[in-house]
Amino acid sequence: MRHLLDTKTLSRDAALRILDVAEDMADTQQREVKKLPTLRGKTVVNLFFEDSTRTRISFEAAAKRLSADVINFSAKGSSVSKGESLQDTAQTLQAMGADAVVMRHGASGAPRTLATSGWITAGVVNAGDGTHEHPTQALLDAFTIRKRRFGADSRGRDLRGLAVTIVGDILHSRVARSNVWLLHTLGANVTVVAPPTLVPQDVSAWPVRVLYDLDEAVAEAPDALMMLRIQIERMNAAYFPTEREYSRRWGLDATRLAGLAADSIVMHPGPMNRGLEISADAADSSRSTVLDQVANGVSVRMAVLYLLLAGERDDDGSAA
Amino acid sequence: MTALGHAAESGSSATETLLFRGASLEGTGALDLLVEDGMIVETGVGLSRAGATVVDVEGLVMLPGLVDLHTHLREPGYEASETVLTGSRAAAAGGYAAVFAMPNTSPVADTAGVVEQELALGEAAGFVTVQPIGAVTVGQKGERLAELGAMADSRARVRVFSDDGFCVWDPLIMRRALEYVKAFDGVIAQHAQDPRLTEGAQMNEGVVSAELGLAGWPAVAEESIIARDVLLAEHVGSRLHVCHLSTAGSVEIIRWAKRRGVNVTAEVTPHHLLLTDELARGYDARFKVNPPLRREEDVLAVREGLADGTIDIVATDHAPHPPEAKACEWQAAANGMVGLESALRVVQLAMVDTGLITWPDVARIMSREPARIGRLEGFGTPLTAGHAASVTFYDPSPVRTFSTHDLRGRSTNSPYLGRELPGEVRWTLHRGVPTVVDGALLDEPGVRA
Repeated sequence: MRHLLDTKTLSRDAALRILDVAEDMADTQQREVKKLPTLRGKTVVNLFFEDSTRTRISFEAAAKRLSADVINFSAKGSSVSKGESLQDTAQTLQAMGADAVVMRHGASGAPRTLATSGWITAGVVNAGDGTHEHPTQALLDAFTIRKRRFGADSRGRDLRGLAVTIVGDILHSRVARSNVWLLHTLGANVTVVAPPTLVPQDVSAWPVRVLYDLDEAVAEAPDALMMLRIQIERMNAAYFPTEREYSRRWGLDATRLAGLAADSIVMHPGPMNRGLEISADAADSSRSTVLDQVANGVSVRMAVLYLLLAGERDDDGSAA
Repeated sequence: MTALGHAAESGSSATETLLFRGASLEGTGALDLLVEDGMIVETGVGLSRAGATVVDVEGLVMLPGLVDLHTHLREPGYEASETVLTGSRAAAAGGYAAVFAMPNTSPVADTAGVVEQELALGEAAGFVTVQPIGAVTVGQKGERLAELGAMADSRARVRVFSDDGFCVWDPLIMRRALEYVKAFDGVIAQHAQDPRLTEGAQMNEGVVSAELGLAGWPAVAEESIIARDVLLAEHVGSRLHVCHLSTAGSVEIIRWAKRRGVNVTAEVTPHHLLLTDELARGYDARFKVNPPLRREEDVLAVREGLADGTIDIVATDHAPHPPEAKACEWQAAANGMVGLESALRVVQLAMVDTGLITWPDVARIMSREPARIGRLEGFGTPLTAGHAASVTFYDPSPVRTFSTHDLRGRSTNSPYLGRELPGEVRWTLHRGVPTVVDGALLDEPGVRA
């Protein structure tokens, strides 16, 4: 694997390879000594133009458990407001000998620009770009769904026939986009539920069904219900009237939680707004996979870094 | 002394008599053309003249020198992107004899002083006639009318006013501007973009923006302003020009308005005739432009509108930017593309080679009508004796890969680099003075090696 920029272009085989390697990584994390020597001597740069402690420490833990050297490069705010261009930042990292760059950026497409610019030879992992994609989040979500469903028998399986419902701000969510493509590639049936203002104006090319009514979606007994974080600032741009109204119509409260099928799981990428898109009952229930997702995130990111840095490089985007 | 005469005199061969033999008038019948003292003095078949330099242009398409109603020359203020001289050279290389310079310079061309400076810079450059456009509002802020009358009365004789880059959004200011310029036969050239509907907009809103996660620029943000403006123009009986129309819906509105008799004209850019929003998929900011590249359906609709006369002209919206403004993340990149050097070739590809229009139509949409809309005298005139000799000789036959060698301005932000385009500008005459000779741009107007 040369880069991991999105899930839109990730093949089923490449995705399963990552998930299966992540199973191996997860197994190693059950041992007393969690550290592997695999990436000794490799340098992984966490290049974060946006604050994201959770994602950064997850990648940091993943790289360190594979014995890579980790450099955290926090460029708060946009490259422009900081006064240094993406090109100069990239060339600096190249000069320092980065083998992989894990990039979080507020601008959609910035990791692709980095990967295709010729400024840098390192592999690029998209750790969330604007409102575009967040591929490792989708991979860890798929891993979590698979694990809950198939347990120790997960390896080699896809998500054929499973129903996954994603609820919240689809328009601005990179998590939603990456999940839509990946879950579809893995055979799941995806439904999105949102206020009409928070669905992209034209989703005719998306392999999803759009619903505006969360109760209807809950009644359909999805295998997984994925709640997205809602940003309260959206209220000011007239996407919804008040957070109370949003919570009433699109929040997972105790009543809706009780209405879910017995084996439905509740997911959230974090950080959660308790009481807004998800109630404390739901967040803390046995259906909740929130902490599994965090733990699985490290395994999945270990797999991605391993395939990027220890595998044969190729340019077709598939895992080698 | 007019500006035009001054430019002609600056060329050392202004007095050279040129006899062009065998060109094809607007792509139709063969004709010889005798040029002397900046004028066409004779046309016919089998002409001869003692002492004249004879130029064989057999088979080339002869067009009235092209006129661009929408050029950004960047000077004063943004000379790293373009200057009046470099932009004039790019224009001549593309077959242009005159360009209208948009006022979004620094300072903004919103006073008689700045438009006269722009005019003087164009005269000094001498490659094309540079006709300044004045800002509609002070600083293009959309709040107070600029001194439109002073610009009209200045040596620059401004007739076209635009806040291009920004929409004259306030309906009252737009109404007053439309009314006011009637006093001197002016026209308001509107950049139609509802600012509230396009906050943070990065590309056309649709299937592609939904996937790329780029904030959408909806077609309705253009169409709603055009609809409002044609109604305002009708109400006050004024002349409106719509800049860089880009959507199928906009074509429909203009068609409707023209049927009602509204005094409206419209332009389309070469890139909106050829390119679609699919090109945004690689996040290559060379394809970032405002208004954005639209869908295939829109491209087909603007072609049809141009062919049936709903859209009056092609204008380049030549918008130079330095490399650092494009070699960056899409969201941080500047809007705009250079277009002067490629416009005629793109029009051939999108409109002529597709059979939608013929060469006389090209003369109309790229020379005669832009000159008429901008009230620019001495351009877009017939290629007959007694008219100024601004002429473009064009060979439509070669097909070559467009490269930076084709670019003659200061910036290289062309969306066509690496793309095959037909055609070659062989000669450009600006009021009798050669600026392009045998396909090569001269270092100085009229000075041949």
